[in-house]
Parts: sequence; structure tokens; C-alpha cells
Amino acid sequence: MENPENVIEVRNLEIDFHTYAGEVKAIRDVSFDLRKGETLAIVGESGSGKSVTTRSLMGLLAPNAEIKKGSIMFHGEDIIKKSEKDMQHIRGKDIAMIFQDPMTSLDPTMRIGMQIAEPLMKHKGLKKKEAIAQALEMLKLVGITNPEGRINDYPYQFSGGMRQRIVIAIALVCYPEVLIADEPTTALDVTIQAQILDLMKDLQNRIDTSIIFITHDLGVVAGMADRVAVMYAGKIVEYGTVDEIFFNPQHPYTWGLLNSMPTLDTEGGSLSAIPGTPPDLLDPPVGDAFAARSDYAMKIDTEKQPPFFKVSDTHYAATWLLHPDAPKVTPPAEIIRRQKKFAEMQRPEPPIKTATKE
Amino acid sequence: MPDERKKILEVHHLKQYFNVGKRDEVRAVDDVSFDIYEGETFGLVGESGSGKTTAGRAIIHLYEPTDGQIIFNGRDVSKLHTKAEMHEFRREMQMIFQDPYASLNPRMKVKDIVAEGIDIHGLAKDDADRTKQVEDLLETVGLNKDHSSRYPHEFSGGQRQRIGIARALAVEPKFIIADEPISALDVSIQAQVVNLMKELQVKQNLTYLFIAHDLSMVKYISDRIGVMHYGKILEIGPADEVYGHPLHDYTKSLISAVPVPDPEFERNRKQMPYDESLEKDDKKRRMVEIAPGHFVRAAEDEVAMYTQRAQAAGLITD
Repeated sequence: MENPENVIEVRNLEIDFHTYAGEVKAIRDVSFDLRKGETLAIVGESGSGKSVTTRSLMGLLAPNAEIKKGSIMFHGEDIIKKSEKDMQHIRGKDIAMIFQDPMTSLDPTMRIGMQIAEPLMKHKGLKKKEAIAQALEMLKLVGITNPEGRINDYPYQFSGGMRQRIVIAIALVCYPEVLIADEPTTALDVTIQAQILDLMKDLQNRIDTSIIFITHDLGVVAGMADRVAVMYAGKIVEYGTVDEIFFNPQHPYTWGLLNSMPTLDTEGGSLSAIPGTPPDLLDPPVGDAFAARSDYAMKIDTEKQPPFFKVSDTHYAATWLLHPDAPKVTPPAEIIRRQKKFAEMQRPEPPIKTATKE
Repeated sequence: MPDERKKILEVHHLKQYFNVGKRDEVRAVDDVSFDIYEGETFGLVGESGSGKTTAGRAIIHLYEPTDGQIIFNGRDVSKLHTKAEMHEFRREMQMIFQDPYASLNPRMKVKDIVAEGIDIHGLAKDDADRTKQVEDLLETVGLNKDHSSRYPHEFSGGQRQRIGIARALAVEPKFIIADEPISALDVSIQAQVVNLMKELQVKQNLTYLFIAHDLSMVKYISDRIGVMHYGKILEIGPADEVYGHPLHDYTKSLISAVPVPDPEFERNRKQMPYDESLEKDDKKRRMVEIAPGHFVRAAEDEVAMYTQRAQAAGLITD
């Protein structure tokens, strides 16, 4: 590991999918770190590669996927080189995952107590009785009312929000070091979503798990993430702390995303949509993949892939706009508003508390 | 304040029950009343199971309502008996669905999907006219005529939703029910579709019933909003008022749960709790106009409380 604080280090990952139409270059040179105890949000549209990236961490890629290049270091070992048998020891024990749809990620024919106890019996060698006792504790922890009475119920007897709590209980029962949450609240109502997000934050503090949170909902990211990586067309285009991404974004795609969302304060007029659609990754464009949809595209954007330019020690963006020779551009009004707020937040007096977890 | 505008849709005490008289009777929509004025967008928000989709389907007469009246353009929908009358109603009221993957027949070409309504209602003089109409419609929704001979699988989610909109527009409707039309789309594409819907509304004088759970988008597109919970509408009012100064506790709780793309705001978020028992005591409640055009479902002894809230928010001057 390059940095002892890192739990996972992904370096230069490239993943292709073999399809009838040709090779889809789904992940194109992705690198990132996950630090201990943090929540890293990966944001992007469908097809940007956020789910594929995290599935590769779990060794759960589809059979037609091929990892062309790169490494995923976990505990000093490369996950990519591990056998399926070794992965089965890691999955659910060291790295656990919560999926989007709580209806399909539970076994409908198995009592929920048993489903929570299963990883304990498999990974920790607990006897059934002990495992069930711990499952009961877990049910209490995730806020299922009357856990004693419900431990022998089946998934269909629970509502969507309760099912997602059960899925979280299964994922966390072995106290994994890393939790991957792939759109965990997208299928839920806003009030239930708020409860589940609070629950995840609370449990993270208790068991000191690192979370990779995948979502397209920037509101959820703002509330959950310590750091954010923005993905577009199989690449990370910008990453930084949550404040840096929301209040001082640099890549035109990040601008577009923040600008196209109505907030509860947005008044009339038309929304600033990003024109067009993401590129076809069968034949990814040369240069900055977002150039075709960007108002800020320059000639070089269609010729050469921009490297990461440093904005701060924690904030990098891959856009030629940050090159010293690039012309100064004016971002959309909403982005200027956010950048002003960022400047105010940077001012030394009064001392601004950083978002530490208590 | 009497409203001069024309009511295009009036819903009076609509009830839509399922499994009536059985043990598992479901009162999906339970005594819901509201009006929609010509040319406006009425947003119906609520969580899953609130009955918002059922209400939409009952209005377009996909169900036979258990009780109540739906008056569209001055005519009682439940009294449309002949095929011709129903035909006419279905031409004037159209629907856009949530899932652009499931709502387009994968075996039909785009031109036939879009033209289905034109064919059924005999709106084209001949083949050339039909082709011309389809091409114009595709252009209206931001696609081009080359797309007309392709199949749905060749399109992205946003483009499919445009096809769904073109299909609805083909019969020149007056009123469109859009049931979660953007929830299945990516953020950057959602804005495109919403802008298109707004633009079409102005150009073709359309009235929308916009059903959704995404509160920020509903607020943005709607003139007025109704908040549904457990089959009942709890609050109706102008969009800005309902969001800026919600009067009912449920609305307050719902709005406070919406995630905001602002980390600073999120760190200080206060989620408002909601006590459901408020709806479940046996008090008689009805929609009471607390401030002009702003209704809350209230019992007689709650009116004073809501009035006070409205005064505190500056919605009414005392």
C-alpha cells in the first residue's frame, strides 16, 4: 500500500466487455483510493462505469468482462489475481455489498434471521444458535421493531424500507472493513431514504467501516460523502472532498450535473440540461469524452486526453481548462454562486469546523 | 378569490377501492377532490402506496371508480357510454408512462408506435399524410425523421421517453397525465425531458397532471401541488407556498426529507418527524381553505391551528 491510511488502492484499472458488436471499453484507466473510515461517493450516469468499478472490487464481473490492466490492492494483495475460492472468503467478510433493490437481493424462501446468520456461520464458524443470537442483535441495531417476534419472518412480510434494513444487517453482520453501497436508497421513498441514510452513518461510526457509495443523486452525495469521485464515460473526471466538488467544481461535466438539478429554490425558466447523450464506449472519443456535449470545449479537448490538474492537495480535475495556457472561461451562474460560497467558507475567521465525524 | 380560469378537470370525492367487501379491501384512493385549470400543471406528490398513480389511472378511466365524479371538459367521465364518446375522451386525454423500456412495444417500429393513435382515430388522410405527421411529431420532440424506421431498443432512455411523448401528442390531446415520466432517467437527461414538456405545454396549450415522488422536480414544473398520503390529499396549494410554507405536518416532514445538493445544508439538516396517528383518529376531516387557494385536510378543531400557521408564514394577513 502506498499510504497506510488506505484500505483499497485501485490503480490504472481498464475493463472491457466483449459483446457481439465489439469491445465495450467500460472502464478506461481508473485510479482511486479508499481511506479508513471514510465515505467515498462515486457519481455518474448510467453507463459511466461506476457499478462496473465496484463489481470488480468484489470479483463479481460478468463472464464477458475482461480486466485488461491495472491492480486493486486490498491488504497488500491484488484482488484481481485472486481465485474465486479466495474471493468467497473476502466477500461478505471483509468487503460487503448492498444492492439497489431490496426486493431481489434477499432470498424469498429463507427466514430473515437465517439470512443474517448465514455469513457468521460461513465466515466466522459460529454455531447456528450463536449466529442466530447475533443476528437478533443486528436486527435491533438496524431498527427493526419487535426483532424477537420477526426474526423468523420471510422477506415478503416486510416493507421496502424494512427489507433494505435487513440487507444492511446482512452486509454488516461480519463487521466488514469495506462496504459497497450501490444505489442503496434509489428504490425507496424520501422519508424512508432519510432513515436508511441516517442508519448507515450511525453504523459506520460504530463499526468504523469504509463505505463506497454509488449513486446518481447529488443530494444524497452531499449528505453522505467525505470525498467524491465524478465518473464520465468510463473515467474519473474529477475528485475531491465533498465541499470541493459541490462548491468549487472545475470540470464542465461536474458543472453540468450541478446545474441541471432543480433545487427547492429553483424558480421558473428552463433547466440547464446537458445536451446530447453520453458517448458510445465501443469507440470512445479521443480526448475529453465530454467535449461533444460541453459548451466549454476547446480544440485540444477533441485531440488529447487531459491529465489530472491539481486544484488542491485533495482536489484534482481532468480538464484542459485548468491548463495555465487555457483561456479564462465563465462557468454557469449557479456554479459561480457555489464558488462564492466556497470562497467564504475558506476565509479564516470565524474558524470553520471541518466535517469530522463525532 | 374566484378563479376566472376554466376548469378542465374536476375530481369530486373520488374513491377507488380494490377487493371491496373482502378482508383485504384496499382504499387506494379515498375521497379525493381537486380541480385542474386549463393550461396549468398540477403536481400530485406522495410516497409509494399513497394512491397517486391509482388516482391518475382512475381519472383516465382505466378503472371503474368505486364512487365519486370525474368531470372532464364539463362532461362526467363515468357517463360516457357509447364507444364514440369514450373514443373522443381518450383522444383528448393521453398518458406518458414512467418506464420508457416497458411502455414501447419492442416489435413495432417507431413510426408505427407514434402513429397508432393516428390510425385508431383516423387522423391521417392517406399514407403520405401519416408519414408527414409522424415525422413532424418526431421533430417536435427533438428526434429526426431518420429515427422513424428504427425499433425502440435502438434508443437510449431519454430518447424513448421522447418517443412516448410523441405518441401522446399524436392525437392532439388537451390533457396529459404524466406518471413519473422522468424517474427512470439520468439526471442530465431528466432536465432535457422536463424542458421539452414545458416547451410543448406553451406551444400546444396542454394541461398536465404530473405525478411524481421527486419533490424538487415537481415543484419546479408545477403551478399547483397536491400532497397525497394513505389515499387522501392532505394539502393543496400553489407550488411555491406548499414548498416554502407547508401547513400540514406530513408535507413538512416530506419536504424536510428531500436531499439537497449542498453539503453545508446537509450537515445542518433537521428532519421533521411525522406522527401518523394524526390521520388515524376518527375525527371528521375535510379540505378547508386556510389561505387563498391553499387547502388543508383538517378537522373543525384544527382549523384555528392551521390558520395560525398560515398567519405566521405571512400567507394571510389578520
